[in-house]
Amino acid sequence: MSEHVVSTKLYYAIWIALLVLTGVTAGVAFIDLGPFNTIVALTIATLKAVLVLLFFMHLKYTSEKMTSVVVISALFWLLILLALSLADYTTRPLGVN
Amino acid sequence: MSDSPAIVESHNAAQQHHFADMEQQRQASSLGMWLFLATEVMFFGGMFCAYLIYRYWYYPEFAAGSKTLDIRLGAINTAVLICSSLTVALSVRAAQFGKRKLLVTLLVATILLGLVFLGIKGVEWASKFEEHHVPGYSFHFEPQAPSHPNTKIDPQRIQIFFSLYFAMTGIHALHMVIGVGLFAVLTFYAWKGLYNSAYYTPIENAGLYWHFVDIIWIYLFPLLYLIDRKK
Repeated sequence: MSEHVVSTKLYYAIWIALLVLTGVTAGVAFIDLGPFNTIVALTIATLKAVLVLLFFMHLKYTSEKMTSVVVISALFWLLILLALSLADYTTRPLGVN
Repeated sequence: MSDSPAIVESHNAAQQHHFADMEQQRQASSLGMWLFLATEVMFFGGMFCAYLIYRYWYYPEFAAGSKTLDIRLGAINTAVLICSSLTVALSVRAAQFGKRKLLVTLLVATILLGLVFLGIKGVEWASKFEEHHVPGYSFHFEPQAPSHPNTKIDPQRIQIFFSLYFAMTGIHALHMVIGVGLFAVLTFYAWKGLYNSAYYTPIENAGLYWHFVDIIWIYLFPLLYLIDRKK
């Protein structure tokens, strides 16, 4: 078997962590942190996504460099799409849509 | 990958003739799946981009629209999806060890959790129809007291929020339906004993797809339900 086998204990730990983070993100949303509400929510979401990617999707254990290339490319393309679009729309004078 | 012409020790029935060995076949299949997921990132990325731009323009309306969503059902659905991701991860493990019965049980559990998610989503959508929050001719929105007294809420702009809500959760639900169908087929083959410790690539790739759909929801939950919940 070339593929890494992850222990069930680790899977359960990640599962608990994801559930706890879901509770935290829902709870924190009711506390007024000003602009940090969005930042905290997206940080927790990204943390959860990374946990799923690394452990459930086995990205941490892959020896394939091509997989990493694909994942990094996908994130980079997404960054181009979002960053350049927002760079346009957020720098227009108000009222000019 | 080996450079020498492969001496076939034991030919696996699942191996296609154009691959040197099972390992090469698995790697090619896995890479193809990741490439497909990269295109899915682009597909959902367009909607996330539209969401970000309109949220930037119409923040008060997005906050008002978000408040009408049921945060409890949203959080429960997030938990349901996380549980289904666990059963998928465990099913890949069961396949790696060639445990047929455990594999079938976990796949069926995944399907059931997927259906629970879709059911809850259906309940949420139905209530949106009853409240006339579906964009279109019958759209009606009664603004509650806005959080900032100076900001005016334009009901037309709230339609944009609900359009994005239905588009994003709808496309996500479509992915769930496809995933449930995929796992139904895999459960059948797993029951027939097609997968073993030497060949379980379909389980692995369907798992990657399911986890990806889970990640999309992990972002949709805070972006749609938690925009402005502070009292």
